[in-house]
Amino acid sequence: MTSSSLNDQQTRRREAMGVLGHCATADIAGYLDAVAIPAHEELRRPENGLVMLRGRIGGDGAPFNLGEATVSRAAVRLASGEVGFGYTLGRDGTKAHLIALCDALIQTAEFSDAVETNVLAPLRARVVADVKRKAAETAATKVDFYTLVRGEG
Amino acid sequence: MYVAVKGGERAIENAHRLLAHERRGDRAVPEVSLAQISNQLGLAVDRVMTEGSLYDRELAALAIKQARGDMIEAIFLLRAFRATLPRFGSSEPVDTSQMQVRRRVSSTFKDMPGGQVLGPTFDYTHRLLDPELTGESSPEQPVMTDAEPGLMPRVTDILGRDGLIEASPAEDPEKPVGDLTRDALSFPADRDLRLQNLARGDEGYLLALGYSTQRGYGRSHPFAGEIRLGEVDVEFVAEDVGFAVPLGSITLTECQMVNQFKGSDTEAPCFTRGYGLAFGQSERKVMSMALVDRALRARELGEDIKAPAQDEEFVMSHSDNVQATGFVEHLKLPHYVDFQSELGLLRKLRKEFADANETAVALQEAAE
Repeated sequence: MTSSSLNDQQTRRREAMGVLGHCATADIAGYLDAVAIPAHEELRRPENGLVMLRGRIGGDGAPFNLGEATVSRAAVRLASGEVGFGYTLGRDGTKAHLIALCDALIQTAEFSDAVETNVLAPLRARVVADVKRKAAETAATKVDFYTLVRGEG
Repeated sequence: MYVAVKGGERAIENAHRLLAHERRGDRAVPEVSLAQISNQLGLAVDRVMTEGSLYDRELAALAIKQARGDMIEAIFLLRAFRATLPRFGSSEPVDTSQMQVRRRVSSTFKDMPGGQVLGPTFDYTHRLLDPELTGESSPEQPVMTDAEPGLMPRVTDILGRDGLIEASPAEDPEKPVGDLTRDALSFPADRDLRLQNLARGDEGYLLALGYSTQRGYGRSHPFAGEIRLGEVDVEFVAEDVGFAVPLGSITLTECQMVNQFKGSDTEAPCFTRGYGLAFGQSERKVMSMALVDRALRARELGEDIKAPAQDEEFVMSHSDNVQATGFVEHLKLPHYVDFQSELGLLRKLRKEFADANETAVALQEAAE
């Protein structure tokens, strides 16, 4: 499924899941404390399983199975009816549950802004900072070729 | 006749208790934690994840600790764990051109978009033991410089623009992706299955096979077109969600081997490719994998199959170190009854030999 076929809300949910997946459980929980979480129930209790990871032959060709990864998933339903899903690499059911909760909240008119401001924005800033730091450390190891000039021009 | 012999239970129990004691070692020495293994023995964790065919750093670290550092035992443990979980499905194929690159080198072009980026590498170290690491070390913080924005195109994409290298095989939406964890191996095997087999194959075995191709057993004139290491995002189309869900990112190493030409009356000659991909930082593994992948394309490219590395049945049937160790190590399990029958046969043969000799001697004496 290409991202172009998604509606606005799906695009926002995907982006949020992308940010949350890169964050530690304690950080997500910490920022969520600032949001008055409405009544909700576990639609799917956190469950661990496997996803077969695929690569492409030559990097850009036909797919092949590279090996599996552990994945935890959960689903949450708010009392107001919105259903949120959480899928994340690893075996941390709490993290899957928190992602599902955020996913449900950003589908509501009432909590969407609060989650964006209090949870996603600070976490996104952390993820971006981490990516930038790694990029800067890597850039310092880039080879600058230069040619030795012998004698006088 | 089957004779059941009992009596090993207590010995086995005590042996495992002794094993746990030996694993702990001197109790005056602090116990190693999973975080320490994952952080400070990271490349061992990468290898166990790759050959255990399961991406989970914490589980791989646990396996290494439980196996007392025996890598194949750790890989075995990880494979066994895998069987305890349900499979939710398959990821979307990862896109290595979108990798957040932490290392990228090419032996074919000095200057290319994105440049040569060394990253955390053993290359150019002097391979002298470092006495500073005998105690507690406090290495300097890494140097940081401004990163140039923009992605790094794959070297093969650059060559491909001019048609100088063959294109990767196109995806056939009608054809399911081969999976050797679901279906038994059969030959000839397609390249997707071969790559899956090599990806989980023993690094030492693939290194030796790759090396053999360089020494002339199935020579393919390789260049390391590109090796890259970094993080790629993984997505999974979850039916219940209705779109491709980001799962987080994984670390991968990729090798694009560029090899000598193929061509025909209708096609201009171009470079051929070998491909390697593995979990974590596994550079030796992906280079070996790419060499063997290319060697195994002999049939497809119409090359003579003369060397071990070109023989897919030989290569794929012996690459899995869990299978291999199972069959080799089963030799130490009780074979008392088998051995008794061999022993009985040998005694009978020796008696016949002795009887025949006696008769021959008696006949000779009589003749004299």
